[in-house]
Amino acid sequence: MLDELRELYQEVILDHGKDPRNFRKPENANREATGNNPLCGDQLVVYLSVDENEIVQDAAFLGNGCAISMASASMMTEIVQGKTRIEAENLFQRFHAMCTTDEKVDFSDDEDIEKLMVLSGVRQFPVRVKCATLAWHTMDAALKGASEISTER
Amino acid sequence: MSQAQNIIDNRAYDVERIRLDFPILNQEIHGKPLIFLDNGASSQKPRQVIDAMRGVYEAEYANVHRGAYYLSEKATERYEGARDIVQRFLNARSRREIIFSKNVTEAINMVAYSYARRVLEPGDEIIITDMEHHSNIVPWQLMRDERGLVLKFVSCTDDGEFRIEDLAKLITPKTKLISLTHVSNVLGTVVPIKEVAKLAHDKGAKLMVDGAQAVMHMPVDVQDLDCDFYAFTGHKVYGPSGIGVLYGKEELLEAMPPFLAGGDMISTVSMEKSTWAALPAKFEAGTPPIAQAIGLGVALEYVGNIGLERIAAHEIELLDYATQKLLSIDGLRIVGTAPGKTPVVSFTMDCAHPHDISTIIDRVGVSVRAGHHCAQPLMERMGVSATTRASFGMYNTRDEADSLVTALESVREIFG
Repeated sequence: MLDELRELYQEVILDHGKDPRNFRKPENANREATGNNPLCGDQLVVYLSVDENEIVQDAAFLGNGCAISMASASMMTEIVQGKTRIEAENLFQRFHAMCTTDEKVDFSDDEDIEKLMVLSGVRQFPVRVKCATLAWHTMDAALKGASEISTER
Repeated sequence: MSQAQNIIDNRAYDVERIRLDFPILNQEIHGKPLIFLDNGASSQKPRQVIDAMRGVYEAEYANVHRGAYYLSEKATERYEGARDIVQRFLNARSRREIIFSKNVTEAINMVAYSYARRVLEPGDEIIITDMEHHSNIVPWQLMRDERGLVLKFVSCTDDGEFRIEDLAKLITPKTKLISLTHVSNVLGTVVPIKEVAKLAHDKGAKLMVDGAQAVMHMPVDVQDLDCDFYAFTGHKVYGPSGIGVLYGKEELLEAMPPFLAGGDMISTVSMEKSTWAALPAKFEAGTPPIAQAIGLGVALEYVGNIGLERIAAHEIELLDYATQKLLSIDGLRIVGTAPGKTPVVSFTMDCAHPHDISTIIDRVGVSVRAGHHCAQPLMERMGVSATTRASFGMYNTRDEADSLVTALESVREIFG
């Protein structure tokens, strides 16, 4: 049993959870969305600064939640900086698949996804999948111009 | 009670024997014995309830209040017999004051729609506390918006205490209804309903009480409390889900129009108009939850036979023990420390979020609730986004409290 827990709470996650990166509200953000997980009350706001070429120049977030949701949001904001909107959306799709599909998918072709593999432990904890994906759903909504999303919709 | 009496009472309470009545407790979760500490959300069922409900379906089931044949008469007798048990359980004056509902949420909505909507005028005030479950907030917000009412909150103290003087300050001549939880589902705070009822009635207001978290921890006597409405649900008092109770004073229920309309709640129906059945049928439209009502009756007899005072003594002793042990954990803070609280411990740990705590301790078999507990205004009031809640029941033991503490120590190991 402890193996699964260790896989879920890897050092990288504990580190990002305790000391989240890009935990701020950028002055020049031009997209933002709020994500709610009404089952647990977690709420976070993702801020993006997207330039005219649709490149994410800055990504940041504020909010509170468990170690998994904080770490996921923290890592996401690091990874999507410099990505185009399309690239960020594709990453979301692949990350979502990683968290929810049981079959072993080889993501070694993509170093961003490889970094995110530390979060794949949530597959063993179905109720925690939403914790890992909340920030990504919220970013996706911000990119698409929506302002609020809920994991229960 | 003297200490000597206390010891005798605790010896007489054989928790291991009680545990044998609850088949579900005898299992392993993730390879560890189940330690069920989420009784505030829903409690487990004794064999007596499970067997009684199976017995209904196997031998005594038909629709109630219908046919002139053996099985329907038998089912009706058992269903109405359950109402008599509830009447005795609450010490209501009359069985006509006992309305079966789906749960407390439905019971509160019944009062909102059939009482408040009809009786309250625009500008009238309803007072609730900031300790309410969402089920005792949202119906009043809807009624406020529909009828132009004013909804006021009385706030608890930082320790989670309810102060009747704070309520008294909020009451004005416009205050027509006070709707309070008897026991906070998060903090365990017990509201002095009898005093509140006196205050409310002195000021010309009615009192609705949400007893969802009370009836399994203490004897409730609605005549002694003198509340106007009292609601509780079956599944938290070791009975089935899908059945709850609204008690209401007969003269109030008599004056109220039906809540839901349909079969079983009418006296006569023509194409032009209908007349209502007498109480309690007026508020029980449609086929009711028959086996659930019977199961509830058996559950109430079960706790009644053991004795709510004895259950309470066991639970309070366990609460004190668990509280002391929990406070020995570094960085653990208990939210809600009102004197005389029920066996509920909400807490935060500085190293970990409640969801992480709950996931980790589940792996050693400990079931607790994490989150906002359907009480978001209270979370805000207490300055926390979420808590972990261990809620004890009649079958929990000191060993289980120890296991909770050991499990929480492993959370510290992971999160450092």
